[in-house]
Amino acid sequence: MLLLCLPVAAILWLAANPEENPWPHLLETVLPNYLYNTFALLIGVGACSVGLGFSLAWLFRFYDFPLKRFFSWALLLPFAMPAYIMAYVYTDFLSYTGPLQAMLRKGMGWTGASEYTFPEIRSLGGAIAMFSLVLYPYVFLTARASLQNVSDHLIQAARSLGASPLSTLLRVVFPSVRPALAIGLALVSMETLNDYGTVSYFAIPTLTFGLYDAWLTMGNVGGAAQIALVLISVTLVLVLVEWLSRNRGMRQASGTRPGRQLPQALTGWRSGLVLTYLTSLLLIAFAVPFCILLYYAVSLFEQNWTPRFTQYAINSMSLAASTVILLSLLSLMIAYVQRIKAQDRHLLTRIAMLGYAMPGAVLAIGVLVPLGGFDNWLSDRLTEYWGISSGLLFSGTVFALLYAYSCRFFTVSFGSVESGLMQITPAMDQVAQTLGCKSPEILRRIHLPLLRPALLSSAIIIFVDVIKELPATLLLRPFNFETLATYVYQYASDEMIHHSALAALLIVAIGIVPAILLNRFSETQKNP
Amino acid sequence: MICTGVNMHLKSMLTLLATGLLVSSNVLSQEVNIYSYRQPHLIEPVLSRFTEQTGIKTNVVYAKEGITERLKREGRNSPADIVLTTEIGLLLELVENDLVQPIQSPLVTTHVPANYRAEDGKWVGLTLRARSIYASKERQVAKDLNYEDLADPRFKGKVCTRPGKHPYNIGLIASMIASKGEAETLKWLQGVKDNLARKPQGNDREQVKAIKEGLCDVSLGNSYYLGAMLSEPSERAWAEAVNIVFPNQSNRGTHVNASGVAMTRYAPHPDTALKLVEFLTDTEAQKIYAEVNFEYPVKPGVPSSALVSSWGEFKRDNLSLPEMAKYRAAAARLVDKVDFDG
Repeated sequence: MLLLCLPVAAILWLAANPEENPWPHLLETVLPNYLYNTFALLIGVGACSVGLGFSLAWLFRFYDFPLKRFFSWALLLPFAMPAYIMAYVYTDFLSYTGPLQAMLRKGMGWTGASEYTFPEIRSLGGAIAMFSLVLYPYVFLTARASLQNVSDHLIQAARSLGASPLSTLLRVVFPSVRPALAIGLALVSMETLNDYGTVSYFAIPTLTFGLYDAWLTMGNVGGAAQIALVLISVTLVLVLVEWLSRNRGMRQASGTRPGRQLPQALTGWRSGLVLTYLTSLLLIAFAVPFCILLYYAVSLFEQNWTPRFTQYAINSMSLAASTVILLSLLSLMIAYVQRIKAQDRHLLTRIAMLGYAMPGAVLAIGVLVPLGGFDNWLSDRLTEYWGISSGLLFSGTVFALLYAYSCRFFTVSFGSVESGLMQITPAMDQVAQTLGCKSPEILRRIHLPLLRPALLSSAIIIFVDVIKELPATLLLRPFNFETLATYVYQYASDEMIHHSALAALLIVAIGIVPAILLNRFSETQKNP
Repeated sequence: MICTGVNMHLKSMLTLLATGLLVSSNVLSQEVNIYSYRQPHLIEPVLSRFTEQTGIKTNVVYAKEGITERLKREGRNSPADIVLTTEIGLLLELVENDLVQPIQSPLVTTHVPANYRAEDGKWVGLTLRARSIYASKERQVAKDLNYEDLADPRFKGKVCTRPGKHPYNIGLIASMIASKGEAETLKWLQGVKDNLARKPQGNDREQVKAIKEGLCDVSLGNSYYLGAMLSEPSERAWAEAVNIVFPNQSNRGTHVNASGVAMTRYAPHPDTALKLVEFLTDTEAQKIYAEVNFEYPVKPGVPSSALVSSWGEFKRDNLSLPEMAKYRAAAARLVDKVDFDG
């Protein structure tokens, strides 16, 4: 646990020793702008993602409609798409110089920008749209897993007591999925906060943008670390608000098998409406960008195919799989100890959860500090006693990458395991104990099966996130080590998206597999 | 007794480990480790030619940012031998953090003119790129432009550029401060901002596209981008819509920045690293840079690519690179002051 906190601590330490104080200059010039953009982005993306994600989860839980199985996995696909790729593709397509507007100008005989209005994609609104489209699956996934555990009987009881559908939603369903929604929302906010690629491409100066500016343009690492701490505190406030309100709320008991009456079949215009909603979302969030990428990839296939892709894909996947296993075990352990001891989150756990809020490159620096320190210390000791040097044992190895990923994605895995465990009422443990079950047996026979949706959804999020992860991978990787994401980036960073389309498609393809698998699992769980 | 046994066991294991390390470092001595800010697809052709010629293996970590931090934290055990950078600021950052050692080679000294390398050899320039102005052919923009003209009211609503905070623009603004002072530069920057056709965005290619589409008449861009676009079939039409202009020919000359190389302070393979630096500054590698990336070779006498040569000779601003780099932080502050990117 302590290990997971070290990078955050390292950033604190850097922040305490800045090269110069960045704030007077920022305050005097662009800080208000940074803050406005940051919060507008956070609120916009948060609202849109929860709106999209929760409405989908709601539809899937309580209604039946044609093509439901297809949509249930297809609508997870957008999050296999890295946000910056989405931004590149859509900008390429929709900007003033892109094919769509050029065609419109030609078709309508317009000669310049002044003759018509077209929404500017590189704007705050554009950024909110891009982030929401790739991030809503986080909310969808967590909300869906949690809605599955809401008992139909409870809802029917509420309805039979005269509650309207809306008040059932607000007073019965909502409190019960709130921890899961909060986790989803927290993930979305943190992803939005830690992004640099998309906001810099869209030229939206946010706090993260300011952080990079302090670091790269002004050479002020400590100042950048201070801005990172501000970013972290923003997240901290978000998480804290949720946590406080949760304590006052009730712990939702459930676990009864869902009844047979729900979901309800939709017919006629209602089903048409739902289908239109789902189809257009799928088109905008996935099909269109996917097809544009596909077009680039096919037209430049000869030029860009290299057999080395197999190696890159293997690298990406083994890193992702190892991180998933590592983190699932770790968070299960920690969440479980917490439950048995009936205590709140340990301070260290909470600090470790902040890793996700930091921009990847900052976390990478946070990882470099303790690893480099340890490696050099070890090497010095060895030289002292035996006159030999161990060199760098961990820095610049795959271990450094796994360490960084674990720090970064701990929140995802721990958050969903914890919220999953919370949905299991302690009364169930007590009953099992009365029946003579020992703790390990309770875990294996009761908790694990009930936790499966939560564990699986966090596993798929982490798997895909690791495959997409870029800044930390770039900086920490060993020599000659390429993943799909780093390969995509070397072209994409130069706005040569055409040349990276093929590898970007591979990332998406690898993301599709777990999406389908996940869906399989949750299907079999529903109909055992 | 048991304790000594364990101790001896540990000792012999460590000895074994040590021998292993020594052996492996012997076997691998014919290699050189590179941390690179330059993208792999740009340096691969040069590096593979180096390996062909010398049999020395090259290992690369490419990262866009943070190499200085990584070197700092890895300290004296860092495996890196040399660092390749895209511009002078990053080289000087390495020097300031005391992470480099002098490159001492008579060959390098003959290859690279004195104003494109540090006197003590702590950094060496490899290629040069001009910060040029792209001007619309269709709208017949005059070719005798100065950077100062970008702030002229005649270009109101006609100027495009990538964000002011980009290192290439920061370099240009810093060179402006060096020659005209901060107050004058601030006025100029405000003038350019007032002339912008749209909020700064995209990279240098994007601005060329915008000129072709009629959004603006002039834009700032590094010289090699135009070469790259002209040789890419899908981008050729855009590139053909502009002329490349080398500004300030009648006065101080066009702003030039250098990509370069430095040798790390604790380089484990200083000999092979030196060989690589010598190779990079020599005719063959310089030619590959010129042909593949359309950059200007730093070694005198090595011809530019045919395309680049067709743009003609131009007068370079002879402000020394470290002198320019001094003003980078000030330049960044000016960009914030006029809220150039906002």
